[in-house]
Amino acid sequence: MAKRNDRYQNRTEILQGTLDMLILQTLQWAPRHGYALSKAIRTNSGEILKVDTGSLYPALHRLERKGWVAAEWKPSDVGPRLRVYRLTKAGKRQLVSERSRWERLTAAIAGVLNPAEKEDVP
Amino acid sequence: MKWAFWRRARHNEELQEEIQGHLLLAEREALESGQTANEARHAARREFGNVSITEEVTRDMWGWRWAADFLQDVRYALRSFRQLPGFVAVALLTLALGTGATTVMFSLVSGVLLKPLPYPEPNRLVAVNGHTEGWNTKIWGEQKLAYLDFLDCQRDSHSLDMAALVYNSGTLSAPGDAKYVDYFEISSELFSVLRVPLGLGRAFLPEEDKIGATPVAILGYSFWQQRFDGTAEVLGSSLFLDEKHYTIVGVAPPGFKLYGDEPEIYTPLGQDPAGYLHNRAAQPVRVVGRLHPGTTLAQAQAEVALTGSHLAQAYTDTNKGRSLQVKRLQPPVGDVGSTLWLLLGAVGLVLLIACANVASLMLARAISREREMAMRVALGAGRGRLVRQYLTESALLSLTGSILGVMLANWGLHPFLAFWPGDLPRADEVQLDWRVLLFAIALALLTNVLCGLAPAWRAPVKEVEQILRAGARTVTAGTRRLHSAFVESEMALAIVLLVAAGMLGRALLHASSLNPGLDIRNLLVMRVGLSPATLADPAKIPAAWQDLIERGRRVPGVQSLTAVDIVPMRQGNNEYGYWTTADVPPQNKQPMALASSATPDYLKVMGIPLLEGRFFDDHDRLGSEPVIVVDDVLATSAFPGQDALGKNLWIPDMPCPQPDVNKFVECSTPFKIVGVVGHVRYWGLAGDDQAQLRTQFYYPFAQVAPPFLTRWSQLMSIAVRTTVPPLTLVEPLRRALRGATGDQVLYQVRTMEQLAHDSLEMQRFLLLLFGIFAALALVLACIGIYGVLAYLTGRRVPEIGLRMAIGASPSDVTWLVLRQSWEMILLGIGIGTVAALAAGRILERLVEGMQPTALSTFMIVIPFLVLAAMLASLVPARRASRVDPTHALRQE
Repeated sequence: MAKRNDRYQNRTEILQGTLDMLILQTLQWAPRHGYALSKAIRTNSGEILKVDTGSLYPALHRLERKGWVAAEWKPSDVGPRLRVYRLTKAGKRQLVSERSRWERLTAAIAGVLNPAEKEDVP
Repeated sequence: MKWAFWRRARHNEELQEEIQGHLLLAEREALESGQTANEARHAARREFGNVSITEEVTRDMWGWRWAADFLQDVRYALRSFRQLPGFVAVALLTLALGTGATTVMFSLVSGVLLKPLPYPEPNRLVAVNGHTEGWNTKIWGEQKLAYLDFLDCQRDSHSLDMAALVYNSGTLSAPGDAKYVDYFEISSELFSVLRVPLGLGRAFLPEEDKIGATPVAILGYSFWQQRFDGTAEVLGSSLFLDEKHYTIVGVAPPGFKLYGDEPEIYTPLGQDPAGYLHNRAAQPVRVVGRLHPGTTLAQAQAEVALTGSHLAQAYTDTNKGRSLQVKRLQPPVGDVGSTLWLLLGAVGLVLLIACANVASLMLARAISREREMAMRVALGAGRGRLVRQYLTESALLSLTGSILGVMLANWGLHPFLAFWPGDLPRADEVQLDWRVLLFAIALALLTNVLCGLAPAWRAPVKEVEQILRAGARTVTAGTRRLHSAFVESEMALAIVLLVAAGMLGRALLHASSLNPGLDIRNLLVMRVGLSPATLADPAKIPAAWQDLIERGRRVPGVQSLTAVDIVPMRQGNNEYGYWTTADVPPQNKQPMALASSATPDYLKVMGIPLLEGRFFDDHDRLGSEPVIVVDDVLATSAFPGQDALGKNLWIPDMPCPQPDVNKFVECSTPFKIVGVVGHVRYWGLAGDDQAQLRTQFYYPFAQVAPPFLTRWSQLMSIAVRTTVPPLTLVEPLRRALRGATGDQVLYQVRTMEQLAHDSLEMQRFLLLLFGIFAALALVLACIGIYGVLAYLTGRRVPEIGLRMAIGASPSDVTWLVLRQSWEMILLGIGIGTVAALAAGRILERLVEGMQPTALSTFMIVIPFLVLAAMLASLVPARRASRVDPTHALRQE
């Protein structure tokens, strides 16, 4: 039933494989719970990137299992306690490596998209 | 498992709480932005999307999906098994029989061969053996030590605690009726070296381990129970053993055995003044040692070897060429290991067949479910999930089968042990213990893989649409090949077992038809313990034997009676090196012969044919010419092409028959051959042809030199030719031969027929087991062939219908199916024949009396198997021939 997973993960408008990086990056500044996280990503992207909760929670639990984030229950003023995620040391290392990968990728894509700037094509 | 589910449930609650929190936060924000409560709740929900799917996908991330899936698989498997009770019953029975039999055999292997010795820290125990050049360990076993050598070794050793032990036997005259008992003479350290505490009382003290010390004894536990009812008052009471009064000081712990035996009594070795214990030329002492803490085996070996070489230099006349060795102490199991491994191998083959059978059943079932599986793939099931489903089913089967098997084994182990021919060494240590259970678990895993992998392997993934479109009506070439492979391997394995059974049967038939060399009917043999008072005075011994023989002859029903020291087909023998000229080479270059001393009536009593010359008479006595009688094997091997009668043999180790000597004297004259008699199958009907030592000679008991009379008389037996059923004479003989003092005892009473029968016991036992295995293999293979063919044919019903519609006759169809099975059977036989030839080699090496694999065995076995296999395939073939074409085609 792996296929069903994929289907729901693909529904996100965020480019596949970048969600993890976005979560880790967003958690870098402060621990957040899931709702705050999705809001932060949306706000920071200028309302362009919308995180699907159907992807966010699986991603958070997966990252937790990998040890890149750690979760903790914190009491809240809304009533129920909230599950707050924070970046771990391993998560920080992972973020660094994912960022550099991403930068290489975007540079490469930019190179492909704008070849005229580099060579003169008749 | 329970714990994991509990944790899962808690995580589930937490996940729901987390999502609720998210929704609440979203709702509150919506409220703050001015929406109504109702709108806000809906907006939050809408924003979030499908809660239950999010939960499900998130749960997948936890990584315990397998647990939930596993439960689901188990439920599903159980449900589908319930619909097929026949399939499940056959599979479980097959697996239970296979694993049960294998577990029983492994229990034996484990208990007898793999278990360490039952003493504390058994891996630090060692045996100290002697080794003289030319000593053949295979024939004579490990060479033991001279008692004086042991004492020197013990004194010089800094790495070992050593103890010594000598087997002995004698007559216990009091308390109670006279009884012939086995006793161990032990050095005082024995129990402490083995670290075995006494059951009662104390061990021997060092000061009791010396000549002239107060005689003390320790009782064996079983003997204490039988003779003294296990009472503690026995300590301090007295035994009268071999004319000596002993005070009982202790009782050995229950089940305490040394070298596989539990003796009745232990006495201090150091008290025994016997000459053979104080002569370095004789090596009767077994030595066991325990490594000191911190010492290694290698250190002990070096140290003892050094002592050995010092002894060889110091006592050149007795110790020259003899070295001393240290080995790890091994459980005393003799050569039973090969038989056990052989049987484990055979039973393993049966298990393999059982697995192949269940696998092919599962495969057939899997294929008939192909449509269902394809549907599941189409609905999104991954291949891994399907494979897991299959493996779960086979795991359920093999696990249940194994549990049933272990239960069978538990129930059948002791009857099987009781059924074992003769004494299985260490039989009391055979049990279903953790080793066996571990083995059974491994077996269950193995059967699981063997049975489940084939169906899982071909779980449908690729041609999903094809399968769905084609329906359940095709058999791919790959599937057929897989099926054929099962049939072929079953056939091959069955052939191996059938040929093995056939070879054993042939060997047994052959051996039973052999002439034992004597007349085994109405012949009773038994050992005699002369009165200890008589044995103590060699001058009285000849008269005592004469008296015993006379009394025996007068018992009604006795035709004739003789005394002899070794009895054919029974344990115990004596052998001497000989040479045909006076120029005798060193001992290890001399040919050896079995030597037995007998009274003049021996030939007549045993029914051994006299070929030439004469047997002994009353004129052969001490002081007269030393004479011997040889068998025809010795006659032809020592004097090929010549008449052995009247020739001489030089036998350097045989004491010269002179009166008035009190020590060993070598004869200046050779022994004259006065007769040639027929060969006797001394080593048993099956074993004699391959025995290393077949040459035999006889010498007159009357010519045994006086210093040896006591020792010889302890070993003598009588043989009685009867006119009535021999066992009816046991009690009359016992009464008649009790002697004046009433302490002359008969023991080890056997009829010659029993001995001959027992000599084939192992072959008969193996034949029976292999017969059962082979029959089982045959039945399983036939079921397998039937199942596979029925399945394959069933698949071809539309095709057959089509063939018949366009003119094929029922016999054509029958042949079509038979040809298919024919190919499998032939290939299986081909592989099986090669394997059987190899297995035959192993059998020849391991079992006495086996003949080389004969063509005739195959000639009988193969047609038999082919016939059975063809019969099994005839049923589906006939069914196919009766297919109604219209009906078959309409099915499509």
